[in-house]
Amino acid sequence: MFRNQYDSDVTVWSPQGRIHQVEYAMEAVKLGSATVGLKSKDYAVLIALKRATSELSAHQQKILRIDDHIGISMAGITADARVLCRYMRQECINHKYSYGRNHPVGRLINLLGLKMQTCPSANFYDCKAMAIGARSQSARTYLEKHLNEFKDCNLSDLINHGVRAFAGTLPNETKLNNKNLSICVVGKNYKFHCLDETELEKYITAEIVGTQPTSSASDSSEVGVGRTERHGEEQPPTLNPQDPTPAEPATEDRRMQ
Amino acid sequence: MMSNNGVNFAPFWHNGPAPGSFYNFPQNNIKSNSAIDEYGFQRNGGPITTGTSIVGVKYDKGVIIAGDKLVSYGNLARYHNVDRVFKINENIILGMSGDYADFQFIKQYIDEIILSDFSADDRIVLKPKDLYTWLTRVLYNRRSRFNPLWLDMVVGGMQGEEPFLGHINIRGRSYTNDVISTGYGTHLALPLLREYSEKGPLNEETAQQLIQKSMEVLFYRDCRGYPKYSQANINANGVTVSDHEVKQNWDLALSIKGY
Amino acid sequence: MLGINQFPEYQVPGAVQHQFNPYENNGGSIVAIAGDNFAVIGADTRLSAGYNIFTRNHSKLFQLTSSAVLASCGNWCDSDTLTSILQTRVRQYSDTHENKEISLNAIAQLLSTMMYGRRFFPYYVSNILAGIYEGKGYVYSYDPIGHCERHTYRAGGSSSALLQPILDNQIGLKNMEEKPTIPLTVDRAVKLVTDTFISAAERDIYTGDGVKISIITENGVEERQIPLRKD
Repeated sequence: MFRNQYDSDVTVWSPQGRIHQVEYAMEAVKLGSATVGLKSKDYAVLIALKRATSELSAHQQKILRIDDHIGISMAGITADARVLCRYMRQECINHKYSYGRNHPVGRLINLLGLKMQTCPSANFYDCKAMAIGARSQSARTYLEKHLNEFKDCNLSDLINHGVRAFAGTLPNETKLNNKNLSICVVGKNYKFHCLDETELEKYITAEIVGTQPTSSASDSSEVGVGRTERHGEEQPPTLNPQDPTPAEPATEDRRMQ
Repeated sequence: MMSNNGVNFAPFWHNGPAPGSFYNFPQNNIKSNSAIDEYGFQRNGGPITTGTSIVGVKYDKGVIIAGDKLVSYGNLARYHNVDRVFKINENIILGMSGDYADFQFIKQYIDEIILSDFSADDRIVLKPKDLYTWLTRVLYNRRSRFNPLWLDMVVGGMQGEEPFLGHINIRGRSYTNDVISTGYGTHLALPLLREYSEKGPLNEETAQQLIQKSMEVLFYRDCRGYPKYSQANINANGVTVSDHEVKQNWDLALSIKGY
Repeated sequence: MLGINQFPEYQVPGAVQHQFNPYENNGGSIVAIAGDNFAVIGADTRLSAGYNIFTRNHSKLFQLTSSAVLASCGNWCDSDTLTSILQTRVRQYSDTHENKEISLNAIAQLLSTMMYGRRFFPYYVSNILAGIYEGKGYVYSYDPIGHCERHTYRAGGSSSALLQPILDNQIGLKNMEEKPTIPLTVDRAVKLVTDTFISAAERDIYTGDGVKISIITENGVEERQIPLRKD
């Protein structure tokens, strides 16, 4: 790291018009283990890798339930995310008490963006799919490539897609198992909940065997690409030049860019 | 207080302060309730300008709420052309009875919610059940502080595809039903409405006729009634608020003799 | 100094004085029976005040978890508020305990604490909590200020004085010369609850229209509804 005289406080701008403290915080997010989110027209899925700080400790929760219709997944400082989580839970509970309905997701994120933060820069995006955290670029590449398939996926295909995108972000020595993987689902007539260990096992096996989601059967060249053991020099799945590039970018609406 | 062997004598001087005293309005006197004299005060005064019954009917595809256009000041028919039934947004209609000032006060907050829905520009709008729950909470909180909003309100609207009809009273006691009425309507209109609604879902035409009949009965029998009434009708096609008048017939009066 | 207290109230005969009463009796009756491995709880579906019936289809049962159902009646606005706050607290419990569901006896204590919190402006309600905890059926009943007691059977609400003796006799086998030995099955408990409500509807104007019964077993909660007389 180079020394910089404009990064001593969050209130200091650099002559280039940047706030270095915020950018450092953005970098800190990239140290957290990766997490992937994607959605079809009926479901939204969050996938994350839980870390245990030592052999002696349990795995840290990465995905937190906010309400029956909302959950969050985090990368970065867990304690900070828990503060945000508590705020959002309270907002949802108050909303339900006063109006008898669930807090609209968009409004909640807007509140969070105004009062606290969604990410260190306080930007928020409405995404079709997204990955954040360590080595998340490979997951984003996968998501961008398969973006158009997600919309009509059934739930298990959507999760399979998510796990495959997610597998690319795993550190070398890490293998997916039902202790460190966490998958949570929310959808139409489907309250937010996390898959239990047997369900996780099913998707982990599917990922290792390299089962293709049924909707992308044409893409047979991809079989086995997303396996859990990955070596440093092995590149994440790249865009096949013959494949049409996704028509739309992964983010639909960059309101606060 | 002035009974003397069962005979009431009018006081020597009344309708005003005792000679040489200041005028003190009714119920303004903290001392009147001696039990709370030393320990605190009561803020409730009671309703001043009031609207009488509201009638609400749910039919198979929508809801109608009606209420007359009179706002009374005690026994005085004070304001003759006031709407007591409102369109809140494209999904909600609302009828009020009780204190009109309290209603105007709460209406500001309702309008504020509608405005913030519009400002959010995310196509999420208030639904009747949301408003019903919110009003329940507000009125309950006010009654718990012994400073009630003197209101009896009927919320109607479309909860998605389904018609919704709910009632909230001064204490925040709320319920939903197919037919609802407030004030004298509970005695005069409800039996009529229930006779039809309990046979099965009404259609719009029958609902319309029932409302018309209810308003007629209420006008003839409720002293604070009024022939002019407004009615809000909501269904999948939207909200229509319209003015109506009870067709009066006093021919009967000529045959009443002997007084 | 002259204060407002020095002036007599200006009153005329015939002027209506409104006195605000924060309470309203909305009636309703509730009954619960605990069995060895089940609990049955029922409530009528009438909401009324005085001689007015507001609605004939009004649930007074609140399912709080997969093994706990609360019945609440009395001052309906208090019941409404109390139960929605309680549901919030049940949710917050699972949020802060890694999605673990709150147990029945914990709800029983929580409800007592919440009600006592309003000791000097009570929730004017009659509550009965029924459910299973570690495989066994439990029934808890409350008074308006939070006194909590465990029972095997309990009646509450406007007909409580009518229903409790029936339960005493039929389940507690009280006041009998020859005590029969009939096992208390789910079926018998449901029939007893139904019968008590039919009896209550005959005598009590605040109870009627219908009865909702929740049967809580290891497999979750099953709901039934039986019509009652509507007059």
